[in-house]
Amino acid sequence: MSTVKKIIRYTKPHRLYILLALFFAAAGVSLTLYIPVLVGNAIDFMIEKGAVDFGRIFGIIVQIGIYLVFIVISQWLMGNCTNIICARTVRDMRNDVFKKINRLPLSYIDSHPHGDLISRITNDVEAVGDGLMQVITQLFSGIVTILGTLIFMLSINVWIAVVVVILTPLSVLVAGIIGKMCAKSFRDQQQLQGEISSFVEETVGNQKLVKAFAYENRSRQQFSEMNSRLFKIGLRAQFAGALANPCTRFVNNMVYAVTGIVGALTAVSAFMGVLSIGQLSCFLSYANQYTKPFNEVTGVLTQIQTAIAAGGRVFEVLESEDEPDDSKSREIRQVKGDIEFRHIKFSYTPERQLIKDFSLSVKSGQQVAIVGPTGCGKTTLINLIMRFYEVQSGEILIDGVNTKEIKRDSLRKLFGMVLQESRLFSGTIMENLRYGNPNCTDEEIIKASKLAYAHSFIRKMPDGYNTRITEGATNLSAGQKQLLCIARAMALNPPMLILDEATSSIDTLTEIRVQKAFKKLMQGRTSFVVAHRLSTIKESDIILVMNDGDVVEQGTHGELLKRRGFYYRLYKSQFEEE
Amino acid sequence: MFKLRRFLKDYKLQLVLGPLCKLFEAVLELFVPLVMAQIIDNGIIKNDTGYILKMGGVLVLLAVVGLSSALVCQYMASYTSQGAGTKIRDAMFEHIGNLSHKELDELTTPSLITRMTSDINAVQANIAMTMRLLLRAPFLIIGALVMACFINLELSLIFFSASLIIALILYLVMSKSLPFYRAVQKSVDKISLLSRENLGGNRIIRAFSKQDAQQKAIEKETEKLSKISVRVGRLSALLSPATYAVTYGAVILILYFGAGKVNSGELLSGDIVALVSYMTQILLAMIVLANLVVLLSRGNASAGRINEVFEVQPSVREIKTEKVVPTENAPKVEFKNVSFTYGDGDNELEDLSFTIEKNSFTGIIGTTGSGKSTLLSLILRYYDTTSGEVFVDGVNVRDYPFSQLRGQIGVVPQKSVLFSGTVRSNMLWQNENATDEEIFDALETAQARGFVDDLDKTVAQGGTNFSGGQRQRLCIARALVGSPKLVILDDSFSALDFATEKALRNALLKKNDMTFIVVTQRISTVMSADKILVLEDGKLEGEGTHGELLKTCGAYREICLSQLSESEAEK
Repeated sequence: MSTVKKIIRYTKPHRLYILLALFFAAAGVSLTLYIPVLVGNAIDFMIEKGAVDFGRIFGIIVQIGIYLVFIVISQWLMGNCTNIICARTVRDMRNDVFKKINRLPLSYIDSHPHGDLISRITNDVEAVGDGLMQVITQLFSGIVTILGTLIFMLSINVWIAVVVVILTPLSVLVAGIIGKMCAKSFRDQQQLQGEISSFVEETVGNQKLVKAFAYENRSRQQFSEMNSRLFKIGLRAQFAGALANPCTRFVNNMVYAVTGIVGALTAVSAFMGVLSIGQLSCFLSYANQYTKPFNEVTGVLTQIQTAIAAGGRVFEVLESEDEPDDSKSREIRQVKGDIEFRHIKFSYTPERQLIKDFSLSVKSGQQVAIVGPTGCGKTTLINLIMRFYEVQSGEILIDGVNTKEIKRDSLRKLFGMVLQESRLFSGTIMENLRYGNPNCTDEEIIKASKLAYAHSFIRKMPDGYNTRITEGATNLSAGQKQLLCIARAMALNPPMLILDEATSSIDTLTEIRVQKAFKKLMQGRTSFVVAHRLSTIKESDIILVMNDGDVVEQGTHGELLKRRGFYYRLYKSQFEEE
Repeated sequence: MFKLRRFLKDYKLQLVLGPLCKLFEAVLELFVPLVMAQIIDNGIIKNDTGYILKMGGVLVLLAVVGLSSALVCQYMASYTSQGAGTKIRDAMFEHIGNLSHKELDELTTPSLITRMTSDINAVQANIAMTMRLLLRAPFLIIGALVMACFINLELSLIFFSASLIIALILYLVMSKSLPFYRAVQKSVDKISLLSRENLGGNRIIRAFSKQDAQQKAIEKETEKLSKISVRVGRLSALLSPATYAVTYGAVILILYFGAGKVNSGELLSGDIVALVSYMTQILLAMIVLANLVVLLSRGNASAGRINEVFEVQPSVREIKTEKVVPTENAPKVEFKNVSFTYGDGDNELEDLSFTIEKNSFTGIIGTTGSGKSTLLSLILRYYDTTSGEVFVDGVNVRDYPFSQLRGQIGVVPQKSVLFSGTVRSNMLWQNENATDEEIFDALETAQARGFVDDLDKTVAQGGTNFSGGQRQRLCIARALVGSPKLVILDDSFSALDFATEKALRNALLKKNDMTFIVVTQRISTVMSADKILVLEDGKLEGEGTHGELLKTCGAYREICLSQLSESEAEK
């Protein structure tokens, strides 16, 4: 199905308004076209001094007044209907894209730049709405105007009407040719502008680094060079774009001239039927009216094109494949917390197999630490446990139940999670802490924050627990953000925990306290800890050592040291021993 | 907008010629109905086919001349606006390059980027639009009003009042809808914020099963936006019917009073035709003008934002531009009673005095927010000290030209940023004349040789085609190219595993003719340093080697024991 059809499908719930808009457009425009006729009639009754038919004129004036009221009302209602259609379509589309994002597999979100997806939700949907608005207002009234004037012209003189009808699309043709001509320069300009934008983003965004390397002059030269290229291409594109308007106006002027000449000749020699002077002037004004919609449509053509392109980008998201439906799977509320991995195989891309054959049995309440060099794929295991990604073969069992048979939401609720990048949401601190469990009382929240050593700094904030977190949480330090995430997980009180390098950006003194709190939290809970600092995980029940995406060793700290393998080398390199 | 006029000074000719050409086109357009009238009066009535063809030729000629003069204007407008835009862009880029860290912090990067891109584009579009339309629309309005006055002074009163009312309606609708548009913008911002949160925090959202709550939040906002849009639409939908009503109301009045004047012989019926067509012309021109005003006010806001940047002056200025000669045998870096505060708040650094000897390896350790990175900024003179002095090679940093001071220091930032290009283009940042051997040598030292065998390997923007650890090592290598005498590493080992870090540290220690200052939170990084500075709350808590500090400095000991066991620390 084409993008246009899909957009039209989106307007379906607002059919009534579309019909109304059509009706009002037809009513308004046809009356608008009729008014000049009435004005002309009125003037015809003012023949000369002493020969003015006041009665007739007054009658016409009243008629014009009445029509005027109808025109104003129908124009206003049409405007409102159009607005409602567009605003609601935009709203529905945004809601759908947003909903879709939460249904897509995480691999989709991980592999698409977020800025791009956000721009689809905001700019692209907006562009569809704008395009829709143009189509309804310009196209509807344009069609009615064209049909109306056509009828009026045909009723005056068929032959000359045909001349006008044949000539007018010329302006569309000219606009089309110009459009094609400038398409290339516009593309070039777009591309160069993109290049400049990313250069600016890079250098201005890292201006401090530029200064550190005394690189200002060199970057200025690079920028100047790009900028002067932009001047050349931009000038070409702008001028080409600016051609359209005068050129179509020129075609219209030519149509006017030809109609005038042909009409005048017809009036003189009747070689194309009969035409009176009054009819000729009427004809000329209709010829002008008739060409106007063509111009306006060519004017908004680019906007409509943009809307279709934007719609395509929106539907691309909407039509991507969802996470498989699991509404019929099991719900699980209470678990002991035994987790078993059986012969897991996994890879993100088919070219590179990561986990080849991993098995592990974790008893309820045990602490599992995952260690390894940067980029070795430590978070992969977390992705699999939480079913952010699905294993390719093998199974993960919780209390003997295959996680694939459990509803994803139900499974994920069993875990408390603190991720590498502390993620808070706009709202107050209290709202954020209550995120996982809306039924928590204030006392429970405060208790959790005390445990997470967050209470004391929250209390010092301007509005305490009701302090609003600004965008990007700029009013909190990295350490504070992480403490809040920990408190949030504590408030949830889950049977199992996932801690992903949770303490890496808290200074070491705070970390000691958090470690203590964690220990308390982990008691009796099965937990997975991804960590850099070997000193913090020595007491773990099981240590998984990862390298190059796969688990290469597992065992306790003592066992692994004895084995003198990868873990041993990793551990020893931490300290200055030759 | 006016403040930006200096960028237009090279385009005086185009600025005059362009609008004049457009005006000429408009005048020609006014001639067309007159010529047509001639065709009717002299051609048709006198049955003169030759005359009809001749005047028809004039019509065609008018169209052609009109087109060419319009094209001249379009070209002038494109040339001027594109040229001025280019100049503004260059000037702004240069200006940003001159700003110091304080101003960059205040202006913020995203806002600078918008100003640099979309704001300049808006101003550029504005210049072009103004040149094309600003003369034409008022000309048509004034022309119509003048013509009306010539035809009949009394009836022209209708024209003046109708024009005033239309202007008033345009003004009212626009000023009333302005706050709505602001609300719309705010709502769109909220939607994009929610989307960003939803994407960035998607793992957390799914982990907490909060998809429905997120959906509700977005639906609340989209519903709100839809309501505002409908409401503002209701207002702006008034615009065209209202102006239409006023125009045709005026036409009714013209007919009514005109009929009397025709009857009394004061006017001819042809005059009424002219008056009616001038009235509709005013309406059209008014609408163009209104759109132009909206556009101009938007452009004006952009111009204002651009000006804001130009008005900001760098707080840290280059005082001397000639090279200075370092003092022999002076310590590499020396702080004398340095205090520093970012704004009016508490001191970020307080009364720091210490020296860092040539060719030593110095560690700076402390908790988050203790002022470690600030201290480094002062060495590079990103900020000026509030009191006290900083010396590099015995010379006050204020006496250095920026390029000499910063050019001799290799910097590895906290955030590993690489620039799009190739590995080589990144490695040439420190020293643009470095040879491939020097680069490979630096890569070797930075433990990056293992994953770089081709210097022409492309680097994506932000270096995203390298892993975090690889990026960090490339950043270290970049600072080492050209063997700068002083290298500053700001928490630059965070993404490295311990094995790599250790190899790297050993390689750095072998560079006997270089001074290293390393900021870190890891004890293991600084254990073997020649000197360790312990910072807490901007104050120097301790200074010495690992062994000394362990005995004398409580804060250091506490940090140590949080990371190492007692026996490991004592080793």
